[in-house]
Parts: sequence; structure tokens; C-alpha cells
Amino acid sequence: MTTPISLLRTVALLAACVSVMPDVALADRGRLLATGGATQLEGAAGGGLVPWAVLSGYATRDGYGATAYATRVEVDDYALDSGGVAFTARNRIEVSIARQRFHLGTLGDALGMPGATISQDIVGAKLRLAGDAIYTPWPQLSLGVQHKKNRDFGVPSAVGARDDHGTDVYLAATKVFLGGAGGYNLLVNGTLRSTEANQLGILGFGGDRGGRRVVGEASVAVLVDPSLAFGVEYRQKPDHLAFAREDAFRDVFVAWFPNKHLAAVAAWADLGSVATLDDQRGWYLSLQASL
Amino acid sequence: MNAPNRLVLFTLAIVLTLAGCATPRPAPTLYEQFGAEPGLAALVDDLLERFADDPRVGVKFANTNIPRFRRLFIEHLCQIMDGPCTYTGDRLEEAHRGLSIDEGTFNAVVEHLIDAMDAQRIPTRAQNRLIAKLAAMRKDVIYK
Ligand code: HEM
Repeated sequence: MTTPISLLRTVALLAACVSVMPDVALADRGRLLATGGATQLEGAAGGGLVPWAVLSGYATRDGYGATAYATRVEVDDYALDSGGVAFTARNRIEVSIARQRFHLGTLGDALGMPGATISQDIVGAKLRLAGDAIYTPWPQLSLGVQHKKNRDFGVPSAVGARDDHGTDVYLAATKVFLGGAGGYNLLVNGTLRSTEANQLGILGFGGDRGGRRVVGEASVAVLVDPSLAFGVEYRQKPDHLAFAREDAFRDVFVAWFPNKHLAAVAAWADLGSVATLDDQRGWYLSLQASL
Repeated sequence: MNAPNRLVLFTLAIVLTLAGCATPRPAPTLYEQFGAEPGLAALVDDLLERFADDPRVGVKFANTNIPRFRRLFIEHLCQIMDGPCTYTGDRLEEAHRGLSIDEGTFNAVVEHLIDAMDAQRIPTRAQNRLIAKLAAMRKDVIYK
């Protein structure tokens, strides 16, 4: 199995990046630990599944920050790799690029395409509109876009997807209630997303049952200390391809922030029914390096 | 029941459970949880050493009468923690005028405070209650 090896390689690469990072004069690490979040599936700062209103890295309004991440999700019949980088300027705007590679696994075998994958590229931007998740009484509010381009449109097209590209627009609100969970810090995030994507875009955009739709996403986490959080996430999705039902994603996660250079997230994920195969459950592992 | 409803119920259950934990009955004041006057004095002395070791913070205290600051800072902590003190110093906005404390320096002080509280073995939940109070005062302290 190649997974542990490729993850190890990624960690080594991220660690190498981190080792030269402290000398980068531009890097600002002025925000508090964990306030850059982790990186979600499409490359934006967030939990694992859901983009949050926080911007990646640790830069305050006075500086710049950057992150790199690698994520692997492995469920019963499929796997997904995701990786990318993000840059944040003055805690105002985050820009990110990411690539996802979806392994068709069991379905690939059934289609006579063993080892087949579908990739997509994502360019994202997120603008902080108002607030500070910790310091303002109102939540931090951000507006984001994720422009996606499917690179292997053969299968998506065959199952009824209309387009090989699409743009998600989302509004995220994040608030940390200090001491809000029986004395422990509580993070609550809600995200509204307008999207045409089928299974994130892996199965293309729009379908025989509809196009754009607004979906809701949510995260709740409790920080048992400044470096360790436990939480749950939920992500509603459209269901616009007649050939197979599409379900919401959900997970239960633990996130560890040993310092401002590294973050690790491990989760148990339930992706529901994916491309005709039901009950896709398994683990999610993500590593993030920050400037 | 469909999935969104289940999530809402689950979240509600968590929040209610946690809210239940949040109300200890004969509530000790935060002041007591921090060890009253001797506890606060030890905490602030620890904190002052950390300030002195961090140039970014230390430089702001270059022209400060430290014994006076120490006394007033303890007094202020005591008051906001519902202890038996009356703060006699300047309003925070006045005290920090001209210091140009930026967000990063403010957070550096918060991090030193967390380290000092850890060193003084203050429980996490009491730490969070103090930080919540200080967070609300940040607007009177930064970029003045
Ligand atoms: C919410 C957080 C803070 C609180 C509650 C607070 C509280 C106080 C108090 C009570 C005083 C004494 C006022 C007086 O002299 O009459 C003081 C003075 C001072 N504080 Fe803060 N402070 C905070 C954050 C900071 C930060 C982040 C810095 C940055 C290094 C800082 C630097 C100073 C300095 C240098 C003085 C002395 C000013 C002088 O010499 O007149 N404070 N602060």
C-alpha cells in the first residue's frame, strides 16, 4: 500500500519547507495558535470538509502568511488525495490553489478501468469582510470563491454532468466563544455555499436533475487546550445526477496544533453514497505546514 | 429523520450538555481560582520575567515605573476577577496611548500570559475565563 509512504514523503517535504521558513522576513506569526484553522478539502482555511471564515496561516493585519497542506481520505471503495498552498495578505485576503485526485477504486475495477483516477484543479480566494473570530463580539465573516476545473471529464460526462468547470461562492461565519463550552473554548462555524458541483466537482458540474443550488455546512469544535480540538462537521451537497444519489459529508475530527508551523487533523468521515456505492466511510488524515 | 435535522439535534445535545457543565453551584470567584492576592502576585511576577525576555514586549515597558505597573496590574486583575479590590490606575485607553501596540504584540502578551498561567498551574477553564475578559478589552489597548 502506497499511502503511508506518500504521506511520509509529504511530511518530509513540508518539514523541509518549514525548516527554511523562519528566515522568511515577510512571515507574520502574530495571530494566536490554531486561529488559521486547518485546510479543508478544496484548499481553503477551515476544518476538514468546510471552509471557515478564518484565513490561512498566522498573519495579522500587519503581515503575510502562507500554508501548504496534504490530505488523504480513504473510504470503503474510494480514496481522495488533496494538496495545495495558500497565501494570506494582511489577514484580509487568502488566495489558494489545490489539486484533488480521486481514486475510483472498486468502481474503476467494475468499469474495466482499474487504477483510474479523476483529478481537478481548484483556485480559491477568500475575503474577510468583518470581525475577528476571537476578539469581536460578532463572528468573523468572510466571502469566498472556489473555481474548479475537472481534468478528467470522461466519466463525469458519461454519467450526465453538464460542465467540466464551475465556481462555488460561499459566505462563512466563524466565532470562538472563549470558555463557551463549560469553560473550554468553543468554535462554531456556519457556511452557506452556492454550487453546481457534483461530489465536489469530481463528477463535474450540473446534471440531468439541476444546476446551481445553495447548501449549508457547519462545524462545531471544542478546544480542550490551546493546541487540541475535537469537533464535528457536516456538509450538505447537491444531488443533481440521476444515475446515483449524492449524500451529505460528515465527520468527527481531532485537530492538533503543536506549534504555529504544523497542524494535523485526523477524522472519521462518512461520505454517504458516492457514485452508486453506498455507505462510504473511513478515515481522513491531513497535515498542514505554515510559514 | 433526514440528515440535517439529525445534525442539528446532535449539535444541540452537545451545547446543552456543555451548558449544563458550565454552572458549578457554589461558584468560586475567578479571584479565588487564581489563588487570591498571593496567587496573582506570583502570576504577575512570572509574567514580568517573560516580558523582559521578549524584546517585542519589553521595549514597550522601557519608560515604565515597573513597581507601579506591577501594583496597578495586580489591582486591575483582582477587580476584573471579582476580587476585593478597587482599581486606582488610569483608564486602559489612557494607559496605552502612544504605545502603538499592534495585534501581534497583543497576542504575544496573551501567549506569555498563557505560559505563565500554565507555570502557575491555573486550570485551563479558569484561564479561559480570564482571557475572555481581557479579550473584550483589546479594543482599548491596541493601535492607540
Ligand atoms: C487587555 C489587556 C491589557 C490590560 C488589561 C492591561 C492593563 C494595564 C494596566 C492596568 C496598566 C496600568 C495603568 C496605569 O499605569 O495607570 C497597564 C499599563 C501598561 N501596559 Fe497594559 N494591559 C493590557 C495589554 C497590554 C499589552 C498587550 C501591552 C504591550 C506590551 C501593554 C503594555 C503596557 C505598558 C507599557 C504599560 C505602562 C504604561 C506606562 O508606563 O504608563 N499592555 N496595562
